[in-house]
Amino acid sequence: MTRPRDPFASTLIHRLPAGLKLGVLAVAGTGVLYLDDWRLIALAMVVTLALYRFAGLSMRQAYLQLKPMQWILALLFVAQGFMLSWGMAAAIVLRVAALVLLAMLVTLTTRTDALIAAVERALGPLRRFGVNPAKVGLAFSLALRFIPVIGAQAQEIRDAQRARGLGANPIALALPLVLRTLRMASDVADAIEARSPYDDDELPPRFVEKAKSTQSRTTCKDNKAPLETSST
Amino acid sequence: MQGQQSSTRDIVYIALFAGLTAALSLFPPITIPAIGVPISAQSLGPMLAGSILGARRGGLALLLFVGLVAVGLPLLSGGRGGLGVFFGPSGGYIIGWVVAAYVIGLLHEWGWRRLNVVSSFIYCVIGAIIVLYAIGITWTSFVVDLSLLKTAMASSLFVIGDVIKAGVAAAIAVSVKRSYPIIQKTAVA
Repeated sequence: MTRPRDPFASTLIHRLPAGLKLGVLAVAGTGVLYLDDWRLIALAMVVTLALYRFAGLSMRQAYLQLKPMQWILALLFVAQGFMLSWGMAAAIVLRVAALVLLAMLVTLTTRTDALIAAVERALGPLRRFGVNPAKVGLAFSLALRFIPVIGAQAQEIRDAQRARGLGANPIALALPLVLRTLRMASDVADAIEARSPYDDDELPPRFVEKAKSTQSRTTCKDNKAPLETSST
Repeated sequence: MQGQQSSTRDIVYIALFAGLTAALSLFPPITIPAIGVPISAQSLGPMLAGSILGARRGGLALLLFVGLVAVGLPLLSGGRGGLGVFFGPSGGYIIGWVVAAYVIGLLHEWGWRRLNVVSSFIYCVIGAIIVLYAIGITWTSFVVDLSLLKTAMASSLFVIGDVIKAGVAAAIAVSVKRSYPIIQKTAVA
């Protein structure tokens, strides 16, 4: 992965809860959008870079975060400089750079699983709209597992089609990948259903307990109720 | 299916298509000689998710993909990822993928019985070009303070690539419909 293998508990910034960092990012990010003076935005940039140092990250690492968009930013600066003013151009470019750096600081100093857990927690209040945080968590961890598998298959298909002289045909590359992915889906779904302690539309145990205590109407499903009682 | 609930199978489909969108970033971008703009295969992801899984699962697959990018995985083409990309100039397109997949899915569910390469292509163009560019251009113009018209002109360079991709997605969606119809099972009821 992109991040260096430093211990994630090394600095105060690393140790802050993921939810708090995301909250600060949202507030600071929105705040910077309202600044118009390039000097104030430059100050925000300096503060962000100071936070990088504080988190034990080098200035080179900060630069690497901006590298993918450096030419767009340079082009934007020149174009806006001629069309508007150099002060405005500096404000716009610095604002994008500061926002990206601040967001990447959160990403660099927080474990992926901590961020996923924060997302799962944040989704809690949405449960009444039919969002099930446990299922979101399951989807996240499944996708994390599938990415290298599908990636390897993509590589395999590319090699095979190149050998057939179809290396540049996008349909010959993408169609087998899609079909293999779909074939994998039924196997994986069967495996999960066979091993999971809870049924399709049921909630996992920790949520069922809550539901039972509030006397919800989940037992109304006619032919499922007797099955449940007999199995427990 | 009970409307709002996702079964285990749905979750697997959603996770797989999020993974597929990530894997598409591994295909090297093709550069069209005439305009010199590199075209990444990745935006096939929302088209395929919508046209194969339908609106709900397709949209959720892309939402999951966006979530994975947001938590820092370098899944976008060129190895980009992290919360920073959403604040960058092209952040709107990434969020717009979710909407595009949903719209493409809705259209495919609507026209499922008579689906052919032409109609599928039109649905992909509506979702992945008209709807997506509307979101993407608005976002870019807001982030970089450029007028909507100028942003639109700069973005139009990428339309050719997306038209080609819509054709590829339509061809795939129609052949998948023949061998693995997934929308039918739930949408036609």
